[in-house]
Order: sequence, then structure tokens, then C-alpha cells
Amino acid sequence: MAGQLSIAKALNDALRKSLENDPKTVLMGEDIGKLGGVFRITDGLQKDFGEDRVMDTPLAESGIMGTAIGLALRGYRPVVEIQFDGFVYPAFDQIVSQLAKMHARALGHVKMPVTVRIPYAGGIGAVEHHSESHEAYFAHTAGLRVVSPASAQDAHWMLRQAIESDDPVIFLEPKRRYWDKGEVADSADLPLHAARVVRPGTDATLIAYGPMVKVCLEAAAAAEEDGHRLEVVDLRSLSPIDFDTLEASLKRTGRGIVVHEAPVFMGMGAELAARLTERCFYHLEAPVLRVGGYHAPYPPSRVEESFLPDLDRVLDAVDRALAF
Amino acid sequence: MTVKSTARARKKAAPGVPDNLRIKGTDAPPELVQLLTPEGERVENPEFPLAITADELRSLYRDLVLVRRFDAEATSLQRQGELGLWASLLGQEAAQVGSGRAMRPGDYAFPTYREHGVAWCRDVDPLNLLGMFRGVNHGGWDPNEKNFHLYTIVIGAQTLHATGYAMGITKDGADDAVIAYFGDGASSQGDVSEAFTFASVYNAPVVFFCQNNQWAISEPTTVQTRIPLYRRASGFGFPGVRVDGNDVLACLAVTRWALDHARNGGGPVLIEAFTYRMGAHTTSDDPTRYRLSEETEAWKAKDPITRLKAHLEQEGLADEAFFAGIEAESEELGLRVREGVRSMPDPDPTLIFDHVYAEPHALVEEERAEYEAYAASFEGGENH
Repeated sequence: MAGQLSIAKALNDALRKSLENDPKTVLMGEDIGKLGGVFRITDGLQKDFGEDRVMDTPLAESGIMGTAIGLALRGYRPVVEIQFDGFVYPAFDQIVSQLAKMHARALGHVKMPVTVRIPYAGGIGAVEHHSESHEAYFAHTAGLRVVSPASAQDAHWMLRQAIESDDPVIFLEPKRRYWDKGEVADSADLPLHAARVVRPGTDATLIAYGPMVKVCLEAAAAAEEDGHRLEVVDLRSLSPIDFDTLEASLKRTGRGIVVHEAPVFMGMGAELAARLTERCFYHLEAPVLRVGGYHAPYPPSRVEESFLPDLDRVLDAVDRALAF
Repeated sequence: MTVKSTARARKKAAPGVPDNLRIKGTDAPPELVQLLTPEGERVENPEFPLAITADELRSLYRDLVLVRRFDAEATSLQRQGELGLWASLLGQEAAQVGSGRAMRPGDYAFPTYREHGVAWCRDVDPLNLLGMFRGVNHGGWDPNEKNFHLYTIVIGAQTLHATGYAMGITKDGADDAVIAYFGDGASSQGDVSEAFTFASVYNAPVVFFCQNNQWAISEPTTVQTRIPLYRRASGFGFPGVRVDGNDVLACLAVTRWALDHARNGGGPVLIEAFTYRMGAHTTSDDPTRYRLSEETEAWKAKDPITRLKAHLEQEGLADEAFFAGIEAESEELGLRVREGVRSMPDPDPTLIFDHVYAEPHALVEEERAEYEAYAASFEGGENH
């Protein structure tokens, strides 16, 4: 796939390839047909694959998820689009109590190859319920896999890997990066659950995923001007987590800072900090720090920039880590 | 479609219909399809004709008796501490056997946690059901082996799975059909309404089989609905039928019709099997706190097994030897269930880590190794 693709187009191509490669793959969601989804991720797919494989559904998220489970039981491989992050909660029971547990309670007799695509996180000036970062709920749930790409390459190949997985995958798409462009290679260069060192460094490790990878790369570039060489690791997979890559990085740099949009309290950063402290205790020069949202509902868009971690807040944490 | 029962059946049914379920503004009770009266008298319904042989009648009787026996045995086993919990189907045998026997081998059932009679009809080993209530697994049978899904405990959630499965049947171009079982309490769940919507707009071959047993633990149907439940279907654009849930023949005929309607492209059907939960909600429940024994006594007179037995006797279709044979078989089943449960081993604790995912997962494997190392540290020691 030569040339630069937007993340949106890379996802669209991934869905197209998945529909072509497996006749059992079906897409379900609200407005994903003629409209191509509110973000146009499914643009043109219903026209080419028909209403039977690209299904506009009633506006009922639990219904979408529950019927996707039923289709999976019949041997299909549903890819569900939840229109916005804040609309997934009506489907929460079906995801947590049914989808996540089905394989275990059936002692492996049935598989749940269901991919749940969710445009997630903030930064687009939206009204409420359109900017949520709820990854911790899903990562906390055994039976689910949770991933979030940060580049066009990963958007394309991770989505194809997620769809091919026989486990349910929550696929969190950083909606504010949909129009960022990048190269998409002809093959995947990493397995679905591997982390990626996207910028090598020596002084501290920034750990991020989804929309915050770009912020961390910008912060690392800015820090270099101050003489600090920051490593940036794109987590890519939130469950399971590639702790080996993170451990190796923190043992090199001695400092770790986790950055996510979700509120810090009980977030991904808490688990990362705890585990990395256990693994790297004697190598650490500072406690693993966290930068994220506050313990408050996602704010009105006019003040969302104050809620979201940005370059300055990341660098502020870097200063604190380096000061230890 | 509105299904009309015969005047005769309606007359017979009337005394059993509580006032709160009478259609407002009329004196008429909701229509109830009945083919076998509580006294064992066969009545005809032109919309649901049922040609049935003496062999088939005897076979249904056997099902009802064995299912009740199995259920009673399970309740006893719970009292003896062999099961953690049991949800008895007492009183609902006809609804389950009638609908269960209406299914073809390729059809698929999505049960709640009380469908022991349907499981029986699908040839699921009763011991599989008991494993779940004993706590050795969460079900664990292969749903695709008998086309009988795992028991679902979250109320109403399975109606969506059934609908999705039925949507898959349509995509496959197959002529199978699905039954989604649920109860009067579940009718209030959003998932059930969503299942009705999805089934309706996709014209999915699914039969929604609501066993209205009058009680959702302690809550009567008046807490769930102001209209007879079968009438909910009309708002979603598909037929609803109320059937005497204690009449195995009516349940068989109506479900058979509904499944054929669904498999032939007619789309979903709602069946409300009007029945009664004779026992407690589960072995943890105490119905004396919320309902009168007079009510239970009144329903005893409509017992599904008594009426079929009366019919077999009145028509001379079964003799003493037959009934004695069923009784002996029922004793054997009880013994097999008792012994099976008592000798059911606990699983190895590493079951915790089995099957969490279909594909390898780093964290689960790490924690399994941690657990195994921890457990091994006791081996040979005093604590083992």
C-alpha cells in the first residue's frame, strides 16, 4: 500500500480486506451503511458488500452487541461499530457479562470472535458523551482484549489482526487522529499485543497509547531542545500489556511516565506504575508518574484543553521525574 | 395476527385468568389456546390443529413425569447440601416439554436458568445442568452439540443472542428456527424489547417463548405489565399468542406453528405460555412471604401431568403397566442423578485459568504460573 493514508482510510481498507478475506465477517452499527458511519470509516462498504454484510442496525447498543454475540454463536465474525464512546454503556452488560465470559463458561466450546470498534477519547470539541476514555473498564474485564492504534500502519494491521482473533477485542480508535496520515506497509510488522518503541531515548520513558502517542512524541522533541532524551513507547495493547518491552525501557532510562486522557484515578497508569515498580524497583530513579484526566466528568469542550494532557503537562511531569 | 381460541376453550380458561389481566373495557378475558382441559378433555382449535398418536401422547407423558422427577431430585440434593442452589421448574413442565418437543433437530434453544424440561427434550444430560448448580462449572456443555445454549442468568440477555443467531440463520439461507425462552419478569428488560425490535426489522426466525409463571421472585405480573404480555408483540409488528402453559398439547401445537411460521419467512412470534411457578423462585426463596397458598392450591387443579394422565386413562390409551413402567424409569433417573451428583468431582483449581481466552494471553499465563508455584510450595508440607 504505497503512499500516505489517513488513519480513517487505513481502517476503511482494513475492513474492506477483512470482508473480502472471510465471508463470515459482517459489520454492524448505526449509520454505517449508506452514510458510511458518522466518521466515514465504513464509507462505500455497504455499496460493495451489500446490506447483508454491512448492516445498519436499530439504535440500540445492547441490541447490537447481543445480536453480534448470537451471530458469533452461529459462526459469524461480527465487527461492531459503536457510534461514539459514550454510547457503549447501554451495551456494557452484554460486553462484560456475556461477550467476555462466554468462552470460559462454555469451557472453550464456543468462541467469540467479535471486534468492537469504538471511536474514543476527546479533543474534537464535541458535546458531552462524545469524548470518553473508558479503556480501564474494558481492560479490567477478563476475557476481553483491548487495543488502541496510534498510527495508520497500526490502525490498518491491528484492526485486521483484531478481526482475525478468536477472542473479543475492544478496538479503541483515537477519533481526533482519524485524519492524521502515515505509511501503511504491505504486512503487519508486530503482533497485536506488542508495544512499540516509537522514539528511543535514555533519560526517561513516556508510555502512551492512542491519541496521546502524538503528544508524547511532541513532548520528546521539545525536551530534546532542553537536552533531555526521552524514550516514547506506544503501548498499542492495553490488555494484555507487553510488560517485557516496558521493563526493558525503564531499566534503560530509570524513569517512567504514563500519559493517558482517561482520569488518573484507577486508570491504566495505576496498573502500569504498580507492575513496573515491581519489575524495575532497583533500576528506578523516580516513582513512575502519571499524567491524565482529572476525577471529574469530561468537561464542556471550551475547557477540554485544560482537562487533557498536553505537551506542557507531560514536560512538567518529566521535570518532576528528573528532579528525583 | 390475532389468534382466536374456540368459545369452549375460552370458557374453560376464564376462571384461571386474574382480573388484572382481563382486557380493559371488555368483560372478555385474554384469549387462551387450550387443547386439553384441566379435566383431561381434548378440545379442538381450528387454528392450531394437532394430530397426535397415542404413542406420542404417552411419550409426552413420560417426558413430563421424568422432568418433574429430575427436578424434585435436584431440589432434594440442594437440601442435602449437594447443590448450592436450584431453580425448580415445578408446574412449568408442560410449557417446556411442549415447546421443546416442537423443535426440530436443527432448531436452537436459548434458555434461562430454569429450562430443565427443554434441556431434557434437547437430550442434554441432566448432570450437566446440575454441575452448574453444584458449582463445578458455569454450564460447560457444548451448546452446539445439542443446539441448546448455556443457561443465562442475567435476565433477558439471551433473547438478543437468540435473535442474533436467528439473523445468522437467515444469512445462511437455512430453514432452522430459534426459541428464546424468558419469563414474565424478563419482559420488562430493555434487552427483551431490543430483541423484539431486531427480530422484527430483520424478520429473524425466532420464537419468543415467555413462560408467564405469574411471579418474578416476589413480584406479580402487575408489577411488570398493564396488558397481557402476548399483546406486546403487536406493537413490534409480529403475532402474539397466549397459550395454556399447563397444557402440553397446546404448547406443542402453538410452538410448532410458530417455529414453522418463523422458518418459512414469516418472522418472529411471541408465545405467552400462561402457567404458574408452583415452587419457590429458587431454593433460597420463601414464597410464603408474598403469596397466598390458596392461589397455589387453585393452580394445582390445573396440573399439567394430572390432566394428561386423566386423558390417557379416559381414552384408554395407557394401562397400569405403562404408568408403572414410567414410575420405575423415574426411580432409575432419580438414582442416576443422585449418584451422579454425589460422585461429581470438584475441578482442579487451575480451571480458573482455562478458557479465559481462546488464544494465549500473557497475563493469564503469568498468573497461572504464579498460582501453580504457590500451590506447589505446599506440596509435602503440613498445609497440604
